[in-house]
Amino acid sequence: MTELQVPSAAKSQPGRIARFLDSDLWWSFKSSKSAVGAAITLGLVIAAALLAPVLSPQNPYDLASLELWNAELPPIWMEGGQMPFLLGTDVQGRDILSGILYGTRISIFIGLASVVVSLAIGIVAGLMAGFYGGWVDNVLMRVGDVLLSIPIILVAILVSSVAQALLPPELREAGISIVLVLAIAMYSWVQYARVVRAQTMVERRKEYVQASRLVGTPARRLMLKHILPNTLTPVFVTATLNFGLAILIEATLSFLGVGMPPDQPSLGTLIRVGNQYLFSGSWWIVLFPSIQLCILVVSVNMLGDWLRDALNPKLR
Amino acid sequence: MDAATPILSVENVSKEFDVSAPWLNRVLEGKPKMFVRAVDEVSFSVPRGSCFSIVGESGCGKSTVARLVTGLYSCSAGDIHFGEGQGGRPVRVQMIFQDPHSSLNPRWRVGNIIAEPIREMKLRTGEAQIRARVEELLATVGLAADDADKFPHEFSGGQRQRVSIARALASEPELLVCDEPTSALDVSVQAQILNLMRRLQDELGLTYLFISHNLSVVRHMSDTIAVMYLGRIVEMAPAETLFNAPQHPYSRLLLGTIPDIHAPKRERELQSGEPPSPLNPPAGCTFNPRCPLANDRCRRDLPNLFAVGETSVRCHAVEEGRAQEMPSAG
Repeated sequence: MTELQVPSAAKSQPGRIARFLDSDLWWSFKSSKSAVGAAITLGLVIAAALLAPVLSPQNPYDLASLELWNAELPPIWMEGGQMPFLLGTDVQGRDILSGILYGTRISIFIGLASVVVSLAIGIVAGLMAGFYGGWVDNVLMRVGDVLLSIPIILVAILVSSVAQALLPPELREAGISIVLVLAIAMYSWVQYARVVRAQTMVERRKEYVQASRLVGTPARRLMLKHILPNTLTPVFVTATLNFGLAILIEATLSFLGVGMPPDQPSLGTLIRVGNQYLFSGSWWIVLFPSIQLCILVVSVNMLGDWLRDALNPKLR
Repeated sequence: MDAATPILSVENVSKEFDVSAPWLNRVLEGKPKMFVRAVDEVSFSVPRGSCFSIVGESGCGKSTVARLVTGLYSCSAGDIHFGEGQGGRPVRVQMIFQDPHSSLNPRWRVGNIIAEPIREMKLRTGEAQIRARVEELLATVGLAADDADKFPHEFSGGQRQRVSIARALASEPELLVCDEPTSALDVSVQAQILNLMRRLQDELGLTYLFISHNLSVVRHMSDTIAVMYLGRIVEMAPAETLFNAPQHPYSRLLLGTIPDIHAPKRERELQSGEPPSPLNPPAGCTFNPRCPLANDRCRRDLPNLFAVGETSVRCHAVEEGRAQEMPSAG
């Protein structure tokens, strides 16, 4: 307790970090074993993905470094396993561990980017719909309803295959990850919009908004400075859970062959490629990327679940 | 600046709210459009430097009047005129809200909450000047200067209401609309806030439009009182006249509900019934289902306001001299 009181006693205005360390949220985090475990796991996975060029024994994008005589080597602890291929190699002699580290990078990038894009669209749409109501609300929310009534995989397959057909070949390689991000975002913004809209409709009527209106604050500032900060709590929870979902959707699309191409493999692509060799006995090509995907998504979801409970006043 | 012209005059103002079902339901289920007439032809004027109070049960439209005057709602009919403000600029109107828990943004520091009107209306330039003004305002309402760095949840209800008053004063208003400013507070704190408001009225020359359901509070504050029932003003009189000689049966009913410390067990007229739904008001005088003096004329014709001495009252029974049958309350 003494440690906690020092920052607030030293200054009448504790800084942001001190206030965070003193908050209920941090306390709830510390006392939840699953949240701490998930956070550490996720931290390790992300750190490993970021440090992929340093950690991985091989650059899987550099075709010149692949040697066919290293193909289908089993993991190191099995008979025939070789250094430096800790988790074995695939049929082209590509190191599985390096593939996983680089693939995780791509998966996390697409997950994060699609969450950011859909947050941006969803927050703007939700604020406008909740604040103005009337036809703005009707148009935005009905568009969202229509999007939600189509299965997301179908939407994403449609968008990414149409985009791949339309993009000129030289852009196809670079553009595919952006197309994937947009395809996922196009679907998931609706959830944020709904959450923000519901909260906006509650906040808009509150007296502090009316008080601000009375001094002539323009609508844009009312929305951004008064209403938005008070709607963000549920949005954070949705965003965390959707981050895991976005990674899964990307993996599914890549597994189905409309996602990342084999020369820039994401986890889903690795699983798809490995799946073909499962019955020829090379189980490690598909198993290890799958385990990594599980670890990543489960730890994100556990963090999201904890956040949802921690921010829910009824469960405190 | 002419002291004789009222700072606020409200002329035949009405406000209707659309409470219809959504369009699709109306079309499919054949429901008509529905309107609630929350405020019906209300007229009054408020002299500069005075306190005009509106009392009535919940749902009688008094808060709607407050929001019409501040411009948060627009009138369906009628006009609201303001006198000339200081230095020829329009009269600045500010509002103090009922619930001190929802009237302050929970994520803003109190200093920023009070500074918001100053920043939006560009009344001061430079952060140092704004800060100085915020501290001055905090001192005016009886809070400490370093309270500016706290968040609203660190304050009690009465202190938050002080913050709310400081924010209203920040825009240097001449007319303050107070929508039940004390009804969410403890009785002991109510008195502090009311005394603060009276002091501010004297020091700053403010005019109040005071909305309340609490007659004792209103008596403490007001020069003139209007009693509203179902969207209409039924009686309007100087404060003491209303308390000493209430005319309208509804005013007498209201005054009869005030507990009296000197006569705690006095005989009281038992009144039954609730206000009728404003969606479907009764014909004639809207008070007739609850009125002990109602006769056929009351159930048929809507009474007009007419003057009895200093009082304006909207009642057939008073007009016809039948009101004496009813014992005066208090």
